[in-house]
Amino acid sequence: MSAATAIHSRLPAIPLVARARTAWIILRISIEERLVYRGEFMLGTLMRFVPVITYVFFWAAVFSAAGGNSTGAPAAQHGGSSRIAGYSYDELIAYCLLTMVARAFSSMPTLASGIARSIRDGTIKKFLIQPVDMLGFLLIGRVAHKLVYYLIATLPFAFVFYLCRGYFTHGWPPVPELAAGVASLVMSFLLGYFLEAAIGLIGFWFLEVTSLLFIYMLLSFFLCGQMFPLDMLDTMKLTGSITAFDLARCTPLQYLAYFPATIFLGKIHGWQLIWGLAGELAWLLALIAVCRLAWRRGVRRYSAFGG
Amino acid sequence: MPQLKRYLRVLAVFARNSLIRSMMFRGNFILASLSNLSWVFLNLGYYLLVFRYTPAIGGWSIYPYLIFLATLQFIYGLVEAFLMPNVEEFSELVRSGDLDFALLKPIDTQFLVSLAKFDWSALSNLVFAACVMAYALVHIEQRPSLGAALLYPLYVACGVAILYSLTIILAATTVWLGRNQSIYDFWFYITNFSRYPLEIYTGPLGSPLQFVFTFLIPVLVVVNVPARMLARPLTHADWPLAGFALVATAASLAFGRWLFNRAIRSYRSASS
Repeated sequence: MSAATAIHSRLPAIPLVARARTAWIILRISIEERLVYRGEFMLGTLMRFVPVITYVFFWAAVFSAAGGNSTGAPAAQHGGSSRIAGYSYDELIAYCLLTMVARAFSSMPTLASGIARSIRDGTIKKFLIQPVDMLGFLLIGRVAHKLVYYLIATLPFAFVFYLCRGYFTHGWPPVPELAAGVASLVMSFLLGYFLEAAIGLIGFWFLEVTSLLFIYMLLSFFLCGQMFPLDMLDTMKLTGSITAFDLARCTPLQYLAYFPATIFLGKIHGWQLIWGLAGELAWLLALIAVCRLAWRRGVRRYSAFGG
Repeated sequence: MPQLKRYLRVLAVFARNSLIRSMMFRGNFILASLSNLSWVFLNLGYYLLVFRYTPAIGGWSIYPYLIFLATLQFIYGLVEAFLMPNVEEFSELVRSGDLDFALLKPIDTQFLVSLAKFDWSALSNLVFAACVMAYALVHIEQRPSLGAALLYPLYVACGVAILYSLTIILAATTVWLGRNQSIYDFWFYITNFSRYPLEIYTGPLGSPLQFVFTFLIPVLVVVNVPARMLARPLTHADWPLAGFALVATAASLAFGRWLFNRAIRSYRSASS
């Protein structure tokens, strides 16, 4: 739809204040829209902790056998003497809870499929004729979604963390690491957004991205670290001294859960932490660029038929 | 008897129609099978990874655990192939009022809404599970007895029946609750407990959990009972649970049936 791009380029530049006002209005509308379903939201958040229960028992069973204790008593009861991939039993449960916090920031359900669908069924047209940038519009929508989510989910999260406080043996991390953790969480939100958006924008070239999305979902589920700490992959040698862990750390997926969680656990310090944050920022900037480019090229390719 | 024959014929028609529909989009069918497979493949990889760090999980060493996982895949594969696609749609039928059409047909409504569609691509999981099972059985220390091998399919069927009852119970509640999109989530969270050996639920919190999910909502017997038949030699200690599994199956099927019929009686068409 090159006509639309031509219209866009002929429009006068919109002043910053006006743009900020538009963004603010979109945010307010999106928040109100989200608050409609607050009951379902609250219940859904609490339900999400149910798998943690099985996780706790599963790893207790793993640790009790690994530590040579076959009585089946949870490892916490015998002090969690053994370690798996550098994690004590308590740390592993704390890790699991922290990855849930990270996923609450980085998960973007239905974003990619939504973008791909709007390309396929033509509803993307509205962004071509209105002076609103689609990527910005959807981003604000997600910000609203997350803000409402935290507003409602903080209570159940605080409750579960209070119940599980015994697993956090190191207490609160020092302030610099806490700040780094928060920064990595904010970036993980943006990274999750632009990663999914980039996959959705592939819809300009392929009409059906469902299978591609499935592969992404599968990989991200295993490689973001929410199922197990990625350090466990260190025993899997691929070639020479390269392990599956090294490979997993080359993908941006680790920033969606593993990286923030390990910062809060106090497993990453000093230069390693700085390099990690720099890597996350680099991936984020690269993905923003990819999205912008894909959008431009895609819109030029796009053709809509009918009314 | 002619009644049963008629139902079997209808079932065959359902299966045939679903297969024809899948074969219309062959590429999609192959992709769906592959993605199902890659999911179970990665899941298996996860457990193999865990076994690099521990000799056993809840007293199950690696080969018995593989039998457990294969059994899990068998049961969940069957539920996902035959029952899930239909029950998921039930709440939509209620909401849109399309359930009227099912009620008007001269056939049992529960049968019709539970089995009308088959997802043939989910069967690829069964093939994979069979391979894992064969591999584990070759390597296991003590082969299962003939009796255990004969009982195994019966208990797999029991497991499927219990899971089915749970789904139909959840689906029936949509008639009262109106729209209920989180049915699948709820189902997932409850059945999540059945995906592990029941031995892992120990301690002051685990034992009550084990009790609740064995005797009140019997999801723990779904995989555990059949897997145990093959994974270790049967002893007298196994019979009470095995006997209970039969009772639990009958009870959940009966309760599911009763609740479904009550729900249908409360159904008020939503259409014009």
